[in-house]
Amino acid sequence: MSQAATAGRSGAGRFLMGHLRNIAPLLTLLFLIAIFALLSPSFLTVGNVGNILRQISITAIIATGLTFVILCAEIDLSIAAIANAAGIVVAFFTLQEAYVNIANLPLPGGLAIICGLLACFALGVVNAIGVTRIGIPSFIMTLAMMQIAAGISAMLIRGQIAYNVPDLVRVLGSGSVLGMPWIVLIAILFLLVGHIVLTYTRYGRYVYMVGGNREAAELSGVNVRWVIGTALVISAVCSGVAGMLGVAYFGSAQQNEFDDYLLDGIAAVVVGGTSLFGGRGGIPNTIIGLFVLGVLNNGLDHIDIDSFLKVLIRGLILLMALIINVYAQRLRDVHPAG
Amino acid sequence: MMASAPPPLLEMRAVAKSFGGVHALKGVDFALQRGEIHALVGENGAGKSTLMKIIAGVHHDYEGTLALAGVPTRFRSPRDALASGIGMVHQELSIIPDLSVAENVFLGSQPVGRLGLVAWRQMAAEAKEHLAGFGLDLDPKMPAGELPIGLQQLVELARVLFSGARIVILDEPTSALSPPEIERLFAVLRQLKAQGTSFVFISHFLEDVLAIADRITVFRNGNLVATAAAAETDKKWLIERMIGAGHEELEATYSEAIVLASETESAPVLTVRGLTIPGACADLSFAVHPGEVLGIYGFMGSGQLELARALFGKLPLAAGEILIDGQPVRLRNTTDAKRAGIAYVAESRRRMLFPEQPVYRNLSIAMLEKIGKVWLRPARERQIAEGHIKTLGIRPPSVEALLRNLSGGNQQKVALGKWLTERPRLLVLAEPTRGMDVGAKDDVLKIVHDLRDQGIAILLVSTEPETVLAMANRVLVLRKGRIVQEFANQTIGKDHLLGAA
Repeated sequence: MSQAATAGRSGAGRFLMGHLRNIAPLLTLLFLIAIFALLSPSFLTVGNVGNILRQISITAIIATGLTFVILCAEIDLSIAAIANAAGIVVAFFTLQEAYVNIANLPLPGGLAIICGLLACFALGVVNAIGVTRIGIPSFIMTLAMMQIAAGISAMLIRGQIAYNVPDLVRVLGSGSVLGMPWIVLIAILFLLVGHIVLTYTRYGRYVYMVGGNREAAELSGVNVRWVIGTALVISAVCSGVAGMLGVAYFGSAQQNEFDDYLLDGIAAVVVGGTSLFGGRGGIPNTIIGLFVLGVLNNGLDHIDIDSFLKVLIRGLILLMALIINVYAQRLRDVHPAG
Repeated sequence: MMASAPPPLLEMRAVAKSFGGVHALKGVDFALQRGEIHALVGENGAGKSTLMKIIAGVHHDYEGTLALAGVPTRFRSPRDALASGIGMVHQELSIIPDLSVAENVFLGSQPVGRLGLVAWRQMAAEAKEHLAGFGLDLDPKMPAGELPIGLQQLVELARVLFSGARIVILDEPTSALSPPEIERLFAVLRQLKAQGTSFVFISHFLEDVLAIADRITVFRNGNLVATAAAAETDKKWLIERMIGAGHEELEATYSEAIVLASETESAPVLTVRGLTIPGACADLSFAVHPGEVLGIYGFMGSGQLELARALFGKLPLAAGEILIDGQPVRLRNTTDAKRAGIAYVAESRRRMLFPEQPVYRNLSIAMLEKIGKVWLRPARERQIAEGHIKTLGIRPPSVEALLRNLSGGNQQKVALGKWLTERPRLLVLAEPTRGMDVGAKDDVLKIVHDLRDQGIAILLVSTEPETVLAMANRVLVLRKGRIVQEFANQTIGKDHLLGAA
């Protein structure tokens, strides 16, 4: 970091290049805010900022866990499916209206929540065992888990829509306190705890070191399998919590409810600048990435364009972020002093 | 004017390069003639690898000029340099083990038939012919990974030449080779030289340099100190130029015969019984006592690196047991090994360290749980790191410096230092001085002897007889995974080790 101070203009350029990973997402965010503020008078209002916060909250909870996994240089493709499964499990153990034609098992609300948490925890443990004990690449293992969790969801909900969830879940998912939606507060809590764990605990350091050089971590006596396995469990539990609250947020539990969150979750982490190769980035990056996605999704609804074009625009912005992500890595590798 | 001699094949003038304010090369003139083997020697950080990387097109933002056969050029990438006929064989080979010998020779330029498909038969035949030109009779269809390292190196050399290189940079080509393999390499180099290929030969092994080079250039602190015909110099002259005068006794430490102690009576820290690792070594039994360095010597591929890894829980055992202080230990992973009081410094620093992280994090990683069970304590980490930097003499003396900005010798000190906060019972060192200059070797030697004198049991595995002789109290010689000889309580020299292995 001292290079910028000592080496003048070229040094400043190199400083910018070295921090492209952090600066580019922030500039993207400011650029998007400026564009949408110019194009739509309703975009930059207090009410709409509240909308954006609510809209990114579920993604934020999922992305918190996923950040751990990506920092370890692994990937979790089962986040959305596990979220869906946990949401359906909690509904399955809640008394539904008579017209909801599923053979569910009503339990007290607290127990239903515990069942939902256990379900996502167990699926995370299966991911962890598959990746660290059996040695299946996380990409394939979590792809299989995506199907398994979707299958569990399908078996339990049988094409129906369940509306009831325990009161606690309902309040946290769709209620407010002092005008602030609970789900936003919970997202902030998850991000905050995630940041504290990654930055200030021994486990967090291990996550970065394992992502930075897995073999060196192992040769330093770090239990690499345990670190990666735990990250996968954390990711599954975060997804499960997001899924349960999401059911209340959407007002119902049904199949394929969370499918968009797979791409959104991964995009938030990567757009924010956390390295796909592991070891660099963190929750602050994820927060920026969440806002980039949130502003983009929300802003495109505020301006008058072809709704089919929106999907393409989103795709192009994501591609740009990926290019920057990989390019930032390459700059690091080419300029050893950067 | 008189007719001038033809310009050198490669000529560099006033070449300078700095990294973030550190001057790696300070205005160097260098020339390579056609059909010449030109050796570069110097301590680590003297500038020879920077020069090499400029020639190979890795660094392109340097000052000064580079001319090929009199034509000024500036390479923008290694590919660019290769297109101009400059190839490189790295110390760590880039052979792809699962591909066949022929595919490795033709990597990136497979001959294709009419339909654009790979012409396998033609490729195999050409590869065989090409390698026969080196005096090698290899099956072009066998996986390259099954060849011994010396042959893999020649396959890589064949690939570089085949892609059109007229100038080949060899980075430490002999460091992993046994004497007969070195002889074979040199025979190939002489033959290629006679055919007009030029070589830049970078090595720490001065005997090898003197045996093969036509001219030798010495670097020190980013300056070109001297260039001389190999026939007119000797090892002493080179060492004086490399490290400045007055350090001859230092080199002597590494080449003189030494007196070995006998096995002590004290209870051993490590006892190994009947240890067998599939594909590496069989039925090894030995013991290491406190305050003793047990050297394990063998040529590359004798199973000694696998033995070191297995002792740190990185490789599973097929048979045998490991006892620490007389208690059998089960090492399922490296964490088990660390808890049993075993520390391990791997043969490759790249595999041991975190280049993108500051020095203090590299030093603290192996003992974070001792600093704080749950929470990190960065202030304490830095304080401990300061202590290591002082006692080990790590340069630059900054806990925040990124590890990759340190020289090889200093990185090795960090790799050692991370185990020293909590004194281990057993320290396993694999090739602790590989690729290091004389000064850095001496530093590592002193640290190892210090640790030994503090009562730590040390197991040293190495393919460098000098290192084993300089550090060990007792020596076991491994050949093809078996202990063939033990040297204790006698005077031995390099010739004894080479003879036994």
